Amino acid sequence: MTSLANIGKEAFRYTPLLLIALAWETVSRLELVSTTALPPLSDVVAAWIDMIKNGDLISNGIASFYRGVSGLVLSIVIGAVLGIVMAWWKTVNILLAPLVEIFYPLPKSALIPVTVIWLGFGDGSKILLIVLGCMLPVTIGAFNGARSSEQVLVWSARSMGASKLRMLWDVVVPGAMPELLNAVRTALALSFILLVSSELIVAQKGFGYLIGYLGANGNYDAMYAVVLTVAFLGFAADRIYLVIAKRVLAWRE
Amino acid sequence: MASQAQIVVDNVSHMYRPPRGRAVLALDQISLEVHTREFVALLGPSGCGKSTLLYLIGGFLPVETGAILVDGKKVAAPGPDRGIVFQHFALFPWKTVRGNVLYGLERQGMAKIEREKRAQEFIELVGLHGFEDSYPSQLSGGMKQRAAIARTLAFDPEILLMDEPFGALDAQTRGLMQSELLRIWQRTPKTVIFVTHDVQEAVYLADRVAVMSARPGRIKTIVDTKFDKTDPHIHKAKAFVDKVDELWDLVKEEAIKAQGKRP
Repeated sequence: MTSLANIGKEAFRYTPLLLIALAWETVSRLELVSTTALPPLSDVVAAWIDMIKNGDLISNGIASFYRGVSGLVLSIVIGAVLGIVMAWWKTVNILLAPLVEIFYPLPKSALIPVTVIWLGFGDGSKILLIVLGCMLPVTIGAFNGARSSEQVLVWSARSMGASKLRMLWDVVVPGAMPELLNAVRTALALSFILLVSSELIVAQKGFGYLIGYLGANGNYDAMYAVVLTVAFLGFAADRIYLVIAKRVLAWRE
Repeated sequence: MASQAQIVVDNVSHMYRPPRGRAVLALDQISLEVHTREFVALLGPSGCGKSTLLYLIGGFLPVETGAILVDGKKVAAPGPDRGIVFQHFALFPWKTVRGNVLYGLERQGMAKIEREKRAQEFIELVGLHGFEDSYPSQLSGGMKQRAAIARTLAFDPEILLMDEPFGALDAQTRGLMQSELLRIWQRTPKTVIFVTHDVQEAVYLADRVAVMSARPGRIKTIVDTKFDKTDPHIHKAKAFVDKVDELWDLVKEEAIKAQGKRP
């Protein structure tokens, strides 16, 4: 199948979205629902174009992007290292496993006020929140992946002259990659949730702030425009991530 | 302790301790000497500890009772003087055939041009020319094992440890791989310890066959099995067939014992 045909087929899968968009426009235009609750989609699009023109969407988007990317990168790096170290050194596991178990199910949004007390209203508190929320799923993924590394592969590397540390990097890390990359996908989705909710509660810029601000001022067309933007970016980030992950795991057939 | 043998297994016993349940005596006072460039097969029913013995010689498991010497030195850890080939190939799935063969050479610190050349040479030796850039998941079982053999031979270990290397292959491929191994072995002679439960395979490949008893593993007897390996009809020769029968009787006894001991 050509890649063009593939793209066509992919696009076809999303036709239900088009139907929802049409239904939205229709019920709103016919005033079957209140237009404050659901402004017509065309008005939302108009508001979106306005916000692109006046720069509101871009400047707030840059703020959110900076926080999201920094938080996510930090949580992936720290989480992956932590998980692999826990899987490989028993002492570290004994010390940290109970902490991970207790902290993992805690709803991280409950920490929004805490991070604000620690780091204030700016970028720091948002980044910290994302790190706290996204790190543990990555840790657990890396841990399980590293634990599943095959004994014979470890032995093979050692018999070919790899030091223990070298073997960790050459065998355990790539072996952990499938589970690790799955966990990072979860972390990616979580980072959007945590970012927007923390900005919604305490921030002076960012997508979450913009949604809250516009909603409080009754500017619902624009509010919907930002909500849809965030939804689309979340979807796009996930798709791009899947393409990258597939490349990295090309060796699995 | 000076000895002429390259590998000396001296009175080694080994307890197998499963994560749950009671410890079992896997090997009981094993002694064995293997000389330079000798091909020795360890033959026995499954569960007799023959792979465990191989892993001890490889340095993958700690020697707790007795001693194992390789070139006069006590085995303490795995090392590139003892290459190993496993039943399930143990190729790095994220590396291509070339990447796998190069790995050992990289660890030996060989220069880039030299190791590329050497990797290619061994890929061709095992007949995998044209599959250099394939990942293991794209290869058949026989091809995977060829790649694994190339990887191990390439870094030139003096000793080759083989853990039922053809056990996961179908009968036709196994037969082919056996003669392939002999051909390769004649070109790059090494000391080989070959674990198998296939009597004919042991007689065909090895100079000597150590028959092991059912658990706890002991060496029951060592049988001389030197035949002219270059003879294409060796499988049908009377002496060969008789030798296979003789070993079959020895192994059958142990296999029945092993079955009886299972709950």
